[in-house]
Amino acid sequence: MDLSIFGYHFMQYAILATFLGGIACAMIGVFVVLLHMPFIGVAMSHAAFAGALLGLWLGFDPILGAFVFSLGTAAVIGPLADRGQLSPDTSLGIIFSLMLGIAFLIIGLIPSTRSEALGLLWGSVLTVTVSDIILLAIVAIVVVGLVAVFYKEIQATVFNRQIALAVGLPATVILYVILFMTGATVTVSLNSIGGLLIFSLILNPAAAAYQLTYNMKKMFILAAVFGVVSGWAGLLLSYLFDFPSGATIVITSSIVFMICAVFSPKRNSHRQPKQKALEKI
Amino acid sequence: MPEPIINIQNATVVYRENIALRGVSLQVAAHKFVGIIGPNGAGKTTLLTVVNGLGKLQSGSVSVLGENINRQSYHQLRKKVGYVAQIERIDARMPMSVREVVMIGRSGLLGLFHKPGKTDWKIVDEALEMVGMSPLANRPIGHLSGGEQQRASIARCLAQEPQIFLLDEPTASLDWKAQTDILELVKQIHDSRQLTTLFVTHDLDALPHTCDRVVLVKDGVIIGDGPPDTLISTQSLSRLYDIPADIIEERHPHIHRRGG
Repeated sequence: MDLSIFGYHFMQYAILATFLGGIACAMIGVFVVLLHMPFIGVAMSHAAFAGALLGLWLGFDPILGAFVFSLGTAAVIGPLADRGQLSPDTSLGIIFSLMLGIAFLIIGLIPSTRSEALGLLWGSVLTVTVSDIILLAIVAIVVVGLVAVFYKEIQATVFNRQIALAVGLPATVILYVILFMTGATVTVSLNSIGGLLIFSLILNPAAAAYQLTYNMKKMFILAAVFGVVSGWAGLLLSYLFDFPSGATIVITSSIVFMICAVFSPKRNSHRQPKQKALEKI
Repeated sequence: MPEPIINIQNATVVYRENIALRGVSLQVAAHKFVGIIGPNGAGKTTLLTVVNGLGKLQSGSVSVLGENINRQSYHQLRKKVGYVAQIERIDARMPMSVREVVMIGRSGLLGLFHKPGKTDWKIVDEALEMVGMSPLANRPIGHLSGGEQQRASIARCLAQEPQIFLLDEPTASLDWKAQTDILELVKQIHDSRQLTTLFVTHDLDALPHTCDRVVLVKDGVIIGDGPPDTLISTQSLSRLYDIPADIIEERHPHIHRRGG
């Protein structure tokens, strides 16, 4: 196998981007899985996509547009989910369809830069820039740092928000920080993974880790490992077979999930004789 | 009456178009065990949650342990109030052990940036011991039965070392044996820790017989308040549940006729 490709800057950037994006997306995914709000990733990624397109159309930085739109989505989702006025999936579904509508409306209005617009939809990890990597690194460090510093507060909040509030924790603030960081992660991953595919990289590694452990710390670590492995394996396969990189990364993460689901020790885990063994995972 | 530890004055709580509490006042002295009973949707849970600030007042005031509950004070006050919520289904795959869930009780006390230390884990283990859950301490929380889950919730409150103990239908959906065990445990904890306890239930059979006082709640107002021996009668229960007195007599022959 000719490995000279790894000597090129663009490939080194791609490896770094998948490493940082894999960690950030997977750790955000743990919240998405444990809060039972899988639609968060879909709604956020399409909001970011719509915001980036608005930036392209009106001539400002697409990343800024993506950031504003995904944070706006977080600001709408938060109170709806918090007050229980709508089921979270209903509100997220409405936001998702609205953002998709706005995105395609803008695509229709800017025919001259349609290829650039589609680039945001599919992403391209092989064309990431140094500034993309810096943004990814900042978000990844902040996500990992928040989980490390506020682990006990996060653990209580994802277990049961009402109980977390009742023991005196600022669970509502924690929920908003989680939503804010989801928006930031989606935004900085837009160029490399793409608006359509980012949701899978958020959900799949965390859902895979969820199959394997009853320990939340291990779940965060396993999810990050699966995120990075999916990114790197997908990158390698895309190079070897000349496949689109974003799609290959997402398919790889889906395969990782399927393998974990098949070999999950949690299957039929309620059976009593197994309990002692399960306490160790 | 000595200085009340819980003082609710003209509390009104509204959830969109539903009025859950209509100008309710209630005072509870320290170390009392108060049972709050009433039909479903009467406002019992809301009455309980205004004490820890989870229920938001439309008007009126609540003071707990001598402090008014407001946006500035409720985070601190909640650390002194243990709350056992109604049984909720817990995801069987939730990646947390019973011991970790009980530690949530100490999270508020520890404060931000502080990790649980050896003393905190010792307190958690003692709480688990007291509720008879030590053998299940490392079991995934989602693998517990309803009764075991409630024991874990009570242990979480114990780990919090509260002064006030709020229990919202802690025996609902439990079998008779589990109900009896939980009721005994609650009373034992109330006595040994000298707590002030509010115990909400819609089920007369789940009302601890050792209550110092019973409060009857219907349609967001208190319609009766007094010692259980004099307050609980076929007439008062007939009024509370809208059931004819003779049916109550038939189902609960031990309840006397007078009062109400």
